[in-house]
Amino acid sequence: MEQMGDGSREEAFQSRIDAEVRIEPRDWMPQRYRSTLVRQIAQHAHSEIIGMQPEGNWITRAPSLRRKAILLAKVQDEAGHGLYLYAAAETLGVEREALVEMLQTGRQKYSSIFNYPTLSWADVGAIGWLVDGAAITNQLALTHTSYGPYARAMVRICREESFHQRQGFELLWQLSHGTAAQHQMAQDSIDRWWWPSLMMFGPPDQASPNTAQSMRWGIKRVSNDELRQRFVDMTVPQARALGLSLPDPDLRWNESTGRHDFGPIDWEEFQRVVAGDGPCNAERLRCRRQAHQEGEWVREAARSWAARHAPTRSEVA
Amino acid sequence: MTQAQGLPLWEVFVRSRRGLSHIHVGSLHAADWEMAVQNARDLYTRRSEGVSIWVVAATDIHASDPDDRGPLFDPPGDKVYRHPTFYQVPEDLKL
Amino acid sequence: MTDLGVAGTSLLCDYTLGIGDDCLILSHRLSEWAARAPDFEEDVALANLALDLLGQARSLLAYAGELERSGRSEDDLAYWRDDRQFRNLLLVEQPNGDFALTITRHLLFSTHQVLLYGALAQSSDATIRGIAAKGVMEARYHQEHAALWTLRLGDGTAESHARMERALLELWPLTGEMFQLSPGLSELVVAGVAVNPSNLQPPWESQIGATLQTAALEIPAVPQRRCDGRFGIHSEHLGHLLAEMQHLHRSHPDAVW
Repeated sequence: MEQMGDGSREEAFQSRIDAEVRIEPRDWMPQRYRSTLVRQIAQHAHSEIIGMQPEGNWITRAPSLRRKAILLAKVQDEAGHGLYLYAAAETLGVEREALVEMLQTGRQKYSSIFNYPTLSWADVGAIGWLVDGAAITNQLALTHTSYGPYARAMVRICREESFHQRQGFELLWQLSHGTAAQHQMAQDSIDRWWWPSLMMFGPPDQASPNTAQSMRWGIKRVSNDELRQRFVDMTVPQARALGLSLPDPDLRWNESTGRHDFGPIDWEEFQRVVAGDGPCNAERLRCRRQAHQEGEWVREAARSWAARHAPTRSEVA
Repeated sequence: MTQAQGLPLWEVFVRSRRGLSHIHVGSLHAADWEMAVQNARDLYTRRSEGVSIWVVAATDIHASDPDDRGPLFDPPGDKVYRHPTFYQVPEDLKL
Repeated sequence: MTDLGVAGTSLLCDYTLGIGDDCLILSHRLSEWAARAPDFEEDVALANLALDLLGQARSLLAYAGELERSGRSEDDLAYWRDDRQFRNLLLVEQPNGDFALTITRHLLFSTHQVLLYGALAQSSDATIRGIAAKGVMEARYHQEHAALWTLRLGDGTAESHARMERALLELWPLTGEMFQLSPGLSELVVAGVAVNPSNLQPPWESQIGATLQTAALEIPAVPQRRCDGRFGIHSEHLGHLLAEMQHLHRSHPDAVW
């Protein structure tokens, strides 16, 4: 039987990418394409799961029943998004359990934004408005990513997340136009969350070595800097509408470029937090590990019952 | 890679209230089909009512290879998504 | 709609607060599981249960506020009453414990809720009727969810079985409170507005017994504790729960959120 060499397979594969034909789970793909995607999708999923913690922190203290319901639904959606993404990653040849293990041992990462603490109720709004806003900016671009299951997960997630971003904005609007204490709470929150939100898009393009290959394979569609710029341009007028200032003295409209200029990002802080030295890194993983460990007897019981009462055909065979 | 002790994977198909057929919406993990249906209701239909849900163990799904052009490609396998023992991710692969 | 008079309306208000507080407090307990559930699918499921109960609580509390004619909103009632003014069952304010205790608590409560809402769907009070008609569908789903887990945990491993037994031992003594008929309640029952709680006990015990049996569990032979949650006498747990729940809202008395 004539076997196609990997070289021509790669060419055929690249042609599909260039023709914007989606890659699906059973298609041949270069080893590195598969592993890059597994890592990226898994880390995206981990971010959703870890993201439940800083927001979940305020559910029991939500200051109105309506806000409590909204926040509960949001955190629930995040679990759901994590599940959609793990499902997409699994189509590439890994088990969810293995991915969760990699998260818990630190072998895979999650978005560093969630290493910051939610110190006030306003932070719930800031996460909705800024963090989800940044995520949507990134995810919208990813709805055109080359791998089918990932792109489709992005479409579903974007739809649900835009809802959350609006609610974050609305929460902050209420605070900004409320009592003096509420306004201060909101402003303080933005002062702490603005720069970390900009860091969500990752290092500047010139400092991102993997970008070129990811772009060639259609995994990444828009560069970090461009996404960051889009986010700033979208958010500045929203901040104005909120009546809150952004903590950047260099932030200004540039008439000639038609975009906003903004100040320098503290990349040392970013590297530090990514490397594990953020305010909440240890706590986030500790909490995740504890939930997983404490759940082991439950999953064990479920497996045991299923084996005796409802074995699947493959288990019986 | 350590042999993970996860719960089995189920593929979920949902027919909306006005839909004509079940559409694949994604997958989830559950120990048995009853829990899978419960979980599917929470995960994939929580924004609407009156939907019909099918769950199928991922290992029970068989498919043809859409791009099968005969001898140039691997013969179509039995599984749509790889089975844990069918495809091993090499240890040194950076995941 | 039956005209209950001032005294009757006050009784109905208390009754509505009671079943509303049950939902509010249990919802709160379930929401404490966020990001801590045994798996991600259960995170989604428990949040659904919490959201359903919160929705029921909001409807019931809002109605209680109307009946009071005090102008108190759902938030006023949730955030400004002290524990002595809460009328929930002791069962729902118990800490979550492990997953076995949470599921057992939910099985016991939701089985009761299906029967309660089922009966209240025939209430002579239109608002109660409406809330119950919607609530009974949600409660059925809750009961189903709790029953599925009860089977798997009761008849799972030795460890899960032991945990379920411990949970039943701990919670069973609090179940009688669901079926206590208080003097004021009789008047509402006669008016067709409320249901006689003691009527719900036989079907409840029968259903629970059947579920437990399929789960290789038994009704524990332990006496009922005296519970006066409906009269504002709670366990020590409620104070802590409310302190956390109410703190932010109370810290900003004039604020809108």
